[in-house]
Amino acid sequence: MGVRTRRMRTAYPFSAIVGQDEMKLALLIAATDPGIGGVMVFGDRGTGKSTAVRALAALLPPIEAVKGCMFHCDPRSDAGRCAGDCGRNHKQDAPTEWIPTPVVDLPLGATEDRVVGALDLERALTRGEKHFEPGLLARAHRGFLYIDEVNLLEDYLVDLLLDVAASGENVVEREGLSVRHPARFVLIGSGNPEEGELRPQLLDRFGLSVEVRTPSVLADRIEVVRRRDAYDRDPEQFIAHWAKADEGVRDQVLAARRALSALHASDEVLESASRLCMSIGADGLRGELTILRAARALAALRGDPAIAEQHMRDVAPMALRHRLRRNPLDQSGSTVRIERAMAEQFDA
Amino acid sequence: MSLDAESAAWADARLAAALFAIDPVGLGGVVVRCGPGPVRDRWLSNTRALLPPGAPVRRIPLRVEDDRLLGGLDLPASLAAGRPVAQKGLLAESDGGVAILPMAERIEPPVAARLNAALDQGEVSLERDGLALRFPARIGLIAFDEGCSREERPPEALSERLAFLLDLNDVAMAMAAARTDDGDAAAVISARERLGTVAPADTDVVEAVCSAAEAFGLGSLRAPLLTLRAARAHAALHGRAEITGEDAAAASRLVLGPRALTAPVDTQADTTPSRRNDSEEQAPDSADPAADRADQEPIQMPSVTELVVKAVQAALPDDLLARANVDGQIRAQAARARGSGAVVKSARRGRPVGSRPGALRSGARLNLVDTLRAAAPWQRVRAEAADPGRILVRPSDFRVRRFVQRAQSTTIFAVDASGSTAFQRLSEAKGAVELLLAKAYVSRARVALVAFRGDGAEILLPPTRSLTRAKNRLADLPGGGGTPLAAGVEVALDLALAEQAKDHTPLLVFLTDGRANIGRDGAPGRAAADADAMAAARKVGEAGVSAVFVDTSARPAPDGDRFARAMGAAYAPLPYVDAHAMFGLVAELSASAR
Repeated sequence: MGVRTRRMRTAYPFSAIVGQDEMKLALLIAATDPGIGGVMVFGDRGTGKSTAVRALAALLPPIEAVKGCMFHCDPRSDAGRCAGDCGRNHKQDAPTEWIPTPVVDLPLGATEDRVVGALDLERALTRGEKHFEPGLLARAHRGFLYIDEVNLLEDYLVDLLLDVAASGENVVEREGLSVRHPARFVLIGSGNPEEGELRPQLLDRFGLSVEVRTPSVLADRIEVVRRRDAYDRDPEQFIAHWAKADEGVRDQVLAARRALSALHASDEVLESASRLCMSIGADGLRGELTILRAARALAALRGDPAIAEQHMRDVAPMALRHRLRRNPLDQSGSTVRIERAMAEQFDA
Repeated sequence: MSLDAESAAWADARLAAALFAIDPVGLGGVVVRCGPGPVRDRWLSNTRALLPPGAPVRRIPLRVEDDRLLGGLDLPASLAAGRPVAQKGLLAESDGGVAILPMAERIEPPVAARLNAALDQGEVSLERDGLALRFPARIGLIAFDEGCSREERPPEALSERLAFLLDLNDVAMAMAAARTDDGDAAAVISARERLGTVAPADTDVVEAVCSAAEAFGLGSLRAPLLTLRAARAHAALHGRAEITGEDAAAASRLVLGPRALTAPVDTQADTTPSRRNDSEEQAPDSADPAADRADQEPIQMPSVTELVVKAVQAALPDDLLARANVDGQIRAQAARARGSGAVVKSARRGRPVGSRPGALRSGARLNLVDTLRAAAPWQRVRAEAADPGRILVRPSDFRVRRFVQRAQSTTIFAVDASGSTAFQRLSEAKGAVELLLAKAYVSRARVALVAFRGDGAEILLPPTRSLTRAKNRLADLPGGGGTPLAAGVEVALDLALAEQAKDHTPLLVFLTDGRANIGRDGAPGRAAADADAMAAARKVGEAGVSAVFVDTSARPAPDGDRFARAMGAAYAPLPYVDAHAMFGLVAELSASAR
């Protein structure tokens, strides 16, 4: 029979992914600053979108959580204090435990009760107890929620996810239950735009968006195939071979997280971010905020002492490309438009 | 098909079966293009005989529901036990064996996506009905492709995960029956044991396979990966401890050959393709991959590469280049829309959106899990009044499944691409298509575009709701020539009827000056052409499809009005046609149609 859902430990190593630099960078930025608001990965078939997300999951450092809390709340945060059964545990000196960063897959065919949580049927039927069984949103709290093929997800589930992602809180009112609990997670989606467009409300919810393509250089293609083949033949050995490199990436993320708070944007950087957003017509303030946060995370990942123009230029395409006002009659892609605007602004 | 070619096709089919049976999980599976019949049965029974003894084999019905495919709550067992009991779905039941998918060319994208997830992850992740479970599902998939026309095929996202694409349509029963396959089973068993000991592929082999895949126009890296795995199984089958050029060549012939989109330029002259009618091909990514490749530098050919490329070339479909110029995907969709097999039954249930309290009238479907949840809190109270140990469900607990059946609309533009004003009409129609798509996420409206010119009509954009896709397809539009209005009306109507059969509400938008000059038979002549066009227009009227006729002539004439009336269409003279005006018109009409 099946096993209770647990995370796979035999994922393809993150550092063994050939190329796909923009996707890897976006994922690392989201891992460094979860407040960035998620990553949407668009791409052709067979480009390793899912592989990269699962690889990231495998290298993330563990987090400290209140022991036994079904929402694995952060012991050092009052804001994250949860409701439900374990609310009582959240005293100052509640015992804690270290758990892996949650990375939750939202599988196709998931039903609403499993996404938001519902009455625990087993306890209700066998013991007559009214008990909340947390869903995927609870499990993803303080971690990542990954949706492959976002464009195939049922609309009503998308609506529900958007609501929770925006409020950071999941409110369940069903079957006589009334539960609210924190659900702050980094939403990671992937999909092929040829198989259906995403609604702008959903797109806008993602902080960053990247486009992945199959590598076009033969040497890269050969390297991808060779590594994949080696992994398929003997996953353990392959993972062991890359373990050191993956550890390096994990340390980089941890160091970047520590460096984050000390990095400030100069007025000059703030201004040029605003000018860039205005010149390409990106809607709302969200674009500017995302550029700044992403540039800060990038500076932290690179170990740089301050946020510089180059950081902004490197993250601008992924922070803005999904926010451009749509102009259906303009043939050029969003990336081109952003690069054009940057060249005008910075190189002139 | 000559006897030789036939026997080669059957030999390849047997070899593919053996390789698949050696490593079903690694190779993903086989697409068998063949109608039901003795040849296919024979191939399947051969293949089953090669699988490990006791390996499960399950058939997946075309319209399978999630609780059967992925698993869910076992209701009788749950009720008997008084606690939730999980039940495996078909994918988990096939673990360690094979799942068979009949009529794979008609599978719906959501089902294909679930199969893809299981093939990629080797397990089924179930988050349904209060259950959170993972079941192993290490399976190989045999997909029967029963498409009649060349364009009816399984979704590419699925077939690109399956190593072998076989075409058995032209293999005679005599051929299949004449062979006995007793020796194969033993060879496969020992090959399966040997598989893990085959050394990693040499750099030569990896390079050869990758460059061959590229040379034959295959962008996705799944093709060379599957080729390597097939080569490994082939080496094991021949008792070798390492993959040789011969293994790589055989694997490339089977995996890359049927997928090839282009032939490498510098070796094309000495190609002697074997006869393989109507073999598998896939949609090229760009409109004209042959031309794209032509200006690339010649491919370097080390020896293994040469071997591999030769092998693939021998397996190329003979009309490869002719077909590479056709945008396969458009044609595929057009055929699906028109083909006899494409009609989706109106028993479509819509999208499930949870449940609500309700009575069990006929037609209502009980959501048992939610019903049990509703009943659960009352069990103690109710148990005092009756038999303990039984779950007491009252009518007030009933939870009925809710579905939304969205009235999705499909706007079909039929654009007159003839004459000198074609370009303007086409580009404004294209603008309207993109405006509609850009503004239509929430209603999930679909848009299609048919163009008619010269001696016929073609579907330039099959119904889609992807703006990206529309942009890609409509990048270059052909124009000029005569006006085969009748053909345009007929193709558009066929498309509309196919959409209707899928529960979409079609709206036809004709963009023409209404002056036909090419008849139904493709011959010029204004009178006959006009009569044919009127006849076609009356068919639209009889079918009751909503239509609007946008008259683009500089001076609208009574002809246009007459034509519109025959179709039962709204008449909109719009001499200076522009995308925004058209968008407004369509938006207004679809709103009033609801």
